[in-house]
Amino acid sequence: MTRSPSNVDLASVPGFTPEERLAKIGFCEQLKGGVIMDVVNAEQARIAEEAGAVAVMALERVPADIRRDGGVARMSDPKMIEEIQAAVSIPVMAKVRIGHFVEAQILEAIEVDCIDESEVLTPADEEFHVDKHRFRTPFVCGCRDLGEALRRIHEGAALIRTKGEAGTGDVVEAVRHMRAVMSGIRELRGLDDKELHKRAVAYRVPDELVAWVAEAQRLPVPNFSAGGVATPADAALMMQLGAESVFVGSGIFKSGDPVQRGKAIVRAVTHYDDPKALAEISAGLGEPMVGISARSVPEGERLAVRGW
Amino acid sequence: MVTLAHCDGGGSLRAPVVGVLALQGDYAEHEVALRRHGIVTRRVRSVAGLAGLDGLVLPGGESTTMLRLLRVEGLEEPLGALLQSGRIPVLATCAGLILCAREVEQPAQRSYGVLDCRVARNGYGRQLHSGTVPVAAERDSELPLQFDAVFIRAPRVLDVGPRCRVLARRAGDPVLLEQGAILAACFHPELQAHHPVTERFVARVRAGLASGTAARSAVG
Repeated sequence: MTRSPSNVDLASVPGFTPEERLAKIGFCEQLKGGVIMDVVNAEQARIAEEAGAVAVMALERVPADIRRDGGVARMSDPKMIEEIQAAVSIPVMAKVRIGHFVEAQILEAIEVDCIDESEVLTPADEEFHVDKHRFRTPFVCGCRDLGEALRRIHEGAALIRTKGEAGTGDVVEAVRHMRAVMSGIRELRGLDDKELHKRAVAYRVPDELVAWVAEAQRLPVPNFSAGGVATPADAALMMQLGAESVFVGSGIFKSGDPVQRGKAIVRAVTHYDDPKALAEISAGLGEPMVGISARSVPEGERLAVRGW
Repeated sequence: MVTLAHCDGGGSLRAPVVGVLALQGDYAEHEVALRRHGIVTRRVRSVAGLAGLDGLVLPGGESTTMLRLLRVEGLEEPLGALLQSGRIPVLATCAGLILCAREVEQPAQRSYGVLDCRVARNGYGRQLHSGTVPVAAERDSELPLQFDAVFIRAPRVLDVGPRCRVLARRAGDPVLLEQGAILAACFHPELQAHHPVTERFVARVRAGLASGTAARSAVG
């Protein structure tokens, strides 16, 4: 029997213990209105912190380089992550391959603040994602639509981001994914129990999770954006479309002036709904990353299709 | 909810307006928590936003990010003047407490010095050590003797000076402080419904409003 939307308890999150909700989702709430920057060493991490990043994502190669180099992309060397942890006081995140729960165990052992189970790395499991409820560390996962977002939340993700198409500097896929999530949420409005049940079956998640979203008209965890953000205007676009924070991967350290661009994107996320401020913020930033059109990326090289 | 607010507001004709510093952090959670009590909230992102408030919240988030944006937006000095003035009640949580402290360590960074205490950032460890912990209120604090508090990469108060009153402790460490108009917590009352710290702040805002509009914030 499905729960009627009117009986949904919005103070709890289906599948999460109260402690998990407060500690994991509560942590992710603190990152709202901020920018999380990809960094490949302690020096870049310090620059990101100085520019006003709310967190850094420690990885050996930014997505643009992973895309260029090819081969198998794996979790970063813990030594390199620890150097970054020692260099900054803001939270440090790091990536594991989809389904690679041992890489996640290793990152939890070195006390990374948040784990990104990321399609940017080469997937380790083509059937299962990591069972994220088993970890004390909060996880962030990518999605292309509401169903994928809810599957990841059901597995225990405390933070959702759009996948976009990482390493391209082309925001079009992030826009597509954010619009799909937001319209998917709106489409649940006013559905009866039978219709919600049908949606839950299609999304492969419990009825109560779909009922929660139908009632609250938002995800039960913060909803961030990633994958192709290269300018302050891109960041503000994602915020106006419904993102609560922005991950910037290659867009900062592949640009002509990372410090100025980093600072500008941080301000743009705060003033995302103020065009006059955005005009001032966008002026005189130097060259953005060159980028490649997401449409020109061959089917077999698209990162966003990874994840099940 | 808002239309009922004036009924228990000490005879006031309007709902109190509380500004929430919205440069970065969990300002939306503070808004939800305050609206539950019939408070009207306003996001503060510029100097103009500081005027006409009955109370102010400095939310959780990253204090380094907030410090940078306060300076860039020209808010650093006007906010400092408002905090110094003691004109309106202020609730500072986590990063907000760090901004108010007299001295910040781990690493050192500038702060307003309106709260007579020394704090270490992330003094309880990284996110893995975050969680809900029972804290014990001081007997004269008018708070429940024990209540739950959510600590997230929380600052640790290393010492408290004579101007600052300790209202609650976590295993001996001061975690809830009061100095004049400022109520400051190392934890996040905004993440829990009907938290006694939120209720204490709301009561102070209402009391200020009832005592006359002279208490409202002014800029300059």
